[in-house]
Amino acid sequence: MNGNFALPRFSWRFWPIWQRHFLVWKKYAGTSILGNLADPMFYMLGFGYGLGSLMPHIGGVSYLTFLSAGTLCYSTMNSATFEVLYSGFSRMHVQKTWDAILNAPVMLDDILLAELVWGASKSLLSGLAILVVIWLLGLQQSWALSLWTIPLTLLIGLTFSAMGLVMTSVSPNYEFFIYYFTLVITPMVLLCGVFYPVDRMPALLQILATGLPLTHAIDMVRPLIQGRIPAYVGVHVGVMLAWTAGSYWLAVGLTRRRLLS
Amino acid sequence: MPGLSVTIRGLVKRYGEQAVVRGLDLDIPAGECFGLLGPNGAGKTTTLKMLLGLVQPTAGSIAINGWQVPVQARQARMRIGIMPQMDNLDPDFTVAENLLVYGRYFGIDRAILNERIPALLELAGLTGKADSRIGELSGGMKRRLTLARALVNDPDLIVLDEPTTGLDPQARHVIWQSLRRLNQQGKTVLLTTHFMDEAERLCDRLVIMDHGLSIAEGRPRDLISRLIEPQVVEVYGDQLAAWLEQLPDGVCERHELADETLYCYGHDHGALLALLQRTPALRHVQRPSSLEDVFLKLTGRELRD
Repeated sequence: MNGNFALPRFSWRFWPIWQRHFLVWKKYAGTSILGNLADPMFYMLGFGYGLGSLMPHIGGVSYLTFLSAGTLCYSTMNSATFEVLYSGFSRMHVQKTWDAILNAPVMLDDILLAELVWGASKSLLSGLAILVVIWLLGLQQSWALSLWTIPLTLLIGLTFSAMGLVMTSVSPNYEFFIYYFTLVITPMVLLCGVFYPVDRMPALLQILATGLPLTHAIDMVRPLIQGRIPAYVGVHVGVMLAWTAGSYWLAVGLTRRRLLS
Repeated sequence: MPGLSVTIRGLVKRYGEQAVVRGLDLDIPAGECFGLLGPNGAGKTTTLKMLLGLVQPTAGSIAINGWQVPVQARQARMRIGIMPQMDNLDPDFTVAENLLVYGRYFGIDRAILNERIPALLELAGLTGKADSRIGELSGGMKRRLTLARALVNDPDLIVLDEPTTGLDPQARHVIWQSLRRLNQQGKTVLLTTHFMDEAERLCDRLVIMDHGLSIAEGRPRDLISRLIEPQVVEVYGDQLAAWLEQLPDGVCERHELADETLYCYGHDHGALLALLQRTPALRHVQRPSSLEDVFLKLTGRELRD
């Protein structure tokens, strides 16, 4: 037990494992990109135009523009989450891919780092897909500023990969993930300002939202799409990095305890 | 550096109150083919996992050619090839991709891998299957591919956990042949098995484990001559019980009764065979004692699972 929660170790050995995930992804790339794009895009267009036509502008922009930033963030979050939960669990427990990799001169920490970075890579892809839609619709107010959302999707991906890996590390089966979606992801989507501004909610819910990482992601992405430089970037990035580091440390410790003792 | 040596001292693994391995000592010189035998739950797989640095020992020391495991397990595993009990090939990849991806985990150059893969496929009898999906392979082919994958780093120690379980006799012979060839090249081979004929055939030396301890160790032939009577007569048939009642003393040196069969162990079975000639209702077989007889004598005939 002791030693399992020592700090995670980082090494470039994770790279061939990332390459493995990429090679699998390449085989099913068409379906994967469609999934990344179609679902969030229809939500965004449906709500943006449908609901948006009934609503006044929010902070000087159309509801569709407002929603596009939220969609970019939550679609990015979902990508990483689904990857490390369902695919990650399959690799660890069902398909025993990790067991095979562990027989090579690779450590469990390398496998987890590969999962973390791979989840973030999937997020990057989702974020890019939505960003292209935003560009095609001309929703961005500034090309240059909208490009800054790209590194942010990577950060969102790292955060939610790390958080998801905590669940994967303790999960007995796929059904277990329902808890995470019901108790963490869905509340996050509804509280953190994807569909409406956080300041429209009761004070207590606003305080809760302030602690959640998706709020901080949206607080940076939304101004960038609307052509403004976000305020308090240091705070937002700091909160997200704290969630990432804390979750990743916990996930590595729990996984070591599960597989190595 | 062909062949790695393995030295294990006082190895212990406890899970809470339960001791799975209880003080194991092993010495495997470089270039030997060594067998780890024992009933289910004897601690074989746990021992292998500790040897590879995949499970933390509770106590004891492990050295592979001087590398201390688990601290230097990674260096050791660079030179080790592992064939696990369960096939865990990547189902999304083709046969060749499985070898390529696995080789990259060792940091081996793609150019070297591209050279090595055809030779590995040939060794596994999978030439022409390079682009087949794993799902299209038979059980035997998957097993052979798993062996080829274990050889992708040209290892000096090959560790195999029940390499032939579930295979048909043809496939078993192919695996045996490969292992013999690798052993002849000077590589150390360490295997666990439930098949006594496999151990007898392949292993220079072996250890029989039970309840986490070594209970016998040596060359297969030596173990047989040291631990059991040289000849066995198996007797079976409907009237075995009645016949056994009136069997005179001294006809059978030592016997075991299991599954309605009498196993009679001894040096000279002349009297017993004469008796059996006059009892046509019973059938019998006479044969030299084997490693399986030793194994069953030491570990008992009761089911372990």
